[in-house]
Amino acid sequence: MTTTQEIANLADAKREYKYGFTTLIEQDYAPPGLNEDIVRFISVKKGEPDWMLQQRLKAYRHWLTMEEPEWAFIDYPPIDFQKTSYYAAPKKRPESLDEVDPEILETFEKLGIPLHEREKLAGVAVDAVFDSVSVATTFKGKLEELGIIFCSFGEAVKNHPDLVKKYMGSVVPYSDNYFATLNSAVFTDGSFVYIPPGVKCPMELSTYFRINAENTGQFERTLIIADEGAHVSYLEGCTAPQRDENQLHAAVVELVAHKDATIKYSTIQNWYPGDENGKGGIYNFVTKRGACRGDRSRISWTQVETGSAITWKYPSCILQGDDSVGEFYSVALTNGRQQADTGTKMVHIGKNTKSTIISKGISAGHGQNAYRGLVKVLPGAENARNYTQCDSILIGDQCGAHTFPYIESRNPTASIEHEASTSKIGEDQLFYCTQRGISEEDAVSLIVNGFCKEVFNELPMEFAVEANKLLSVSLEGSVG
Amino acid sequence: MAQLMEPTNLYAADFDRLVGRLDGAWSHFADARRAAFDRFNELGFPTTKHEEWRFTNLQPIVKTAFVPAEPGAAVTTDTIDHLAFAAIGGCRIVFVDGFYRSDLSNLADLPAGMRVLSLGEAADDALVCDHLGRYATTDDSLTALNTAFAADGVVVHVEKNVNVEQPIHVVYYSTAGDRPQVTHPRNLIVVETGGSATVIEHYASDETGDIFSNAVTEAVIADNAQLHHYLLEREHEQAFNVATLRVQQGRDSRLESHSILLGGGLVRNNIHVEMTGEGAHGLINGLYLPHGDQHMDNHMRVVHAAPHCDSRQYYKGILDGSSSGVFTGRIVVNEGAQKTDAVQSNTNLLLSNSARIDTKPQLEIYADDVKCTHGATTGQIDEKALFYLRSRGLSESAARGLLIYAFAHESIDRMKLEAVRGIIEKLLVHRLPQIELLEGLL
Repeated sequence: MTTTQEIANLADAKREYKYGFTTLIEQDYAPPGLNEDIVRFISVKKGEPDWMLQQRLKAYRHWLTMEEPEWAFIDYPPIDFQKTSYYAAPKKRPESLDEVDPEILETFEKLGIPLHEREKLAGVAVDAVFDSVSVATTFKGKLEELGIIFCSFGEAVKNHPDLVKKYMGSVVPYSDNYFATLNSAVFTDGSFVYIPPGVKCPMELSTYFRINAENTGQFERTLIIADEGAHVSYLEGCTAPQRDENQLHAAVVELVAHKDATIKYSTIQNWYPGDENGKGGIYNFVTKRGACRGDRSRISWTQVETGSAITWKYPSCILQGDDSVGEFYSVALTNGRQQADTGTKMVHIGKNTKSTIISKGISAGHGQNAYRGLVKVLPGAENARNYTQCDSILIGDQCGAHTFPYIESRNPTASIEHEASTSKIGEDQLFYCTQRGISEEDAVSLIVNGFCKEVFNELPMEFAVEANKLLSVSLEGSVG
Repeated sequence: MAQLMEPTNLYAADFDRLVGRLDGAWSHFADARRAAFDRFNELGFPTTKHEEWRFTNLQPIVKTAFVPAEPGAAVTTDTIDHLAFAAIGGCRIVFVDGFYRSDLSNLADLPAGMRVLSLGEAADDALVCDHLGRYATTDDSLTALNTAFAADGVVVHVEKNVNVEQPIHVVYYSTAGDRPQVTHPRNLIVVETGGSATVIEHYASDETGDIFSNAVTEAVIADNAQLHHYLLEREHEQAFNVATLRVQQGRDSRLESHSILLGGGLVRNNIHVEMTGEGAHGLINGLYLPHGDQHMDNHMRVVHAAPHCDSRQYYKGILDGSSSGVFTGRIVVNEGAQKTDAVQSNTNLLLSNSARIDTKPQLEIYADDVKCTHGATTGQIDEKALFYLRSRGLSESAARGLLIYAFAHESIDRMKLEAVRGIIEKLLVHRLPQIELLEGLL
């Protein structure tokens, strides 16, 4: 029983947020509040064409008619949407890396993203979003040769309006849900990727998002399109500075995979989770959805969620094409007062569609961790297959782990399997490690990492290393 | 959540008439009854916007102008004997349209230490005063409605350390009236420390008629006691049936609940168990076989409120025609309920293209030293197994029937009482395709 006791003691220990600092740069704020003028202000600031503004206004007007949803297994004080500032951008608009604000570069430096070095080092093209405007985009040249478009969403609106018009809102319509609609009205920037037919993107595309200005919710918009036979792997990683006031983060990510195309979307989410009493921290209310439009297309979501005060997201796959495949691999860790309600939706429409869901939840401290998922098989989805496994580990007796799967089958040829288990770290596993001289903290860390291995295996190499580290850091003070 | 439901002041006149009719024996329950009726009016009938009723639409019930059933329908002993279980003999208590019928019941051979009463006749019994309405909370509007209209049902009382092996067969028979009829059977089962009992709740009806049975059973299983509860739904296939079983379990007690849903058009079966004593065991076993246009909704909730309890939920569905099935199972492990061991499994067999199943197995856990698993599957008959049997000379339909039978049989195997098991087996076989072929095989 000592082990349980010690783990509980450790859980109480404080842990400091590693990336907590604020960059002092001049901000070009929109005044706090939300009305049609603010929507217009954002649109003007971004230099958008009129059709984009009209879309924003349509979304805003619809948003006014909607009610904030409350069905999730999370608890937070009401958000005052009029207190949030919806636009903050660095004043200087850099043309190249040299023009980038040295302070911003320093921020990235501290985060371990040396923009100019990374170019050579990791072979990763980084579209870094500093607050709301893309600061710099690298590797453009190389990607352009292949016809790949990788740019900020704002640029895409200006330079590739046809693609944006065609695909934006086609997966997550402006009226989809409360937070997605809000995003459609006030989104500031994000990433846009288009992979032309038959092209395999030679490198991992990556964006680091940062929330920086106080009181500024960040509303990114990401759109990734893989045309026929194209392949792309996209990485998204987040860190945010320490702050007392809750910040709202309501992003929308849309993926479109055409015939024979593959999109792999990996996320490491490490926003500021709040202090040990649950004060501060990011509200991460995200809508992520991918459409497997063509036959044999494939979309794979991998996420490692360790940050945020509240994580509320369900990266989903709409499996429209025959033989299309949807995958969801997730590790969600809640410590301190963190809350997570996350999972996925797999909607089987085409024949022989397959989906796999592997979800690993870890609850420590006072964390509440819920898996919520939907597997829906429509009448036309002959021979659809789904396999779902969601496991939870509980560390300490103050936390909670919950599982709410929904399985809706309309086709008798479909085969759906769901398995879930909840347990604590086995005493015998711990004993086995400690009697071989491994310290208890290390043993717990080892076991938790092993528990998550199935998901980490899905991450790109450099991300997998980071994920391992992140998990240890996040568990620091709870297990080691 | 209350605002999600439709407010209503249905049944107000019926309620006043009932209150006027009931005698002084019910005075101890008057306040609870009034409160429950107010509660029902506040909540109204749940709609599909209500999470717990997402897949079951009660509009057909709301739209039908049900009136409380009247006593005195002509039902003969023959009719009741023709239902299953006559062969078991022993004690039988019969309610026709919700009213106790001593002429059809047989309570002569009750063992010592056991009482089986009609609630209508024993409303002021000390046991009823102590327990009625204590467990079935009125958070659920249909339970509130039942509490408001509770007037008759069975009371089973097993005294300390009395073990009764013989099952008590409780029949609720609904007749086709001139108008749509609603009944609210209200049952109370109390098994005192160390006692044991077997109760079969059996719902049957004429072959037609607009009927709605809204039953609530409260069961208390004291320390070291056991209750074996069977629910058999065999009403005609347009009937509405909502049955709620609310169980309170004491230390080291055992509950075995078996539900077999065959009849009814719109059926909702709630089983809510609260394990409040350490070391309690619970087995909740169910089988639902909708066909045609039947809709069967199983709603399970097991609350582990004390440490060292184990619970097993096994639900199997076989869906044919354009029927639909729902399974919602939730295991709640309260803070402090360490060493909980809970298993939940829901497996479904879809036999036709238009059958549908919605399943929601859920875990809600607030204690760390627990072992909880759940699983759910839906699928069709395994082609390989079918091929195996056919390669051994069985016709396709016989092979199919056999495989379906095997699938269902796992549920039946869990029933302890052999006599009951045999009868349910027979009922089941008659629901399967290619019965002639099967009977030869078995």
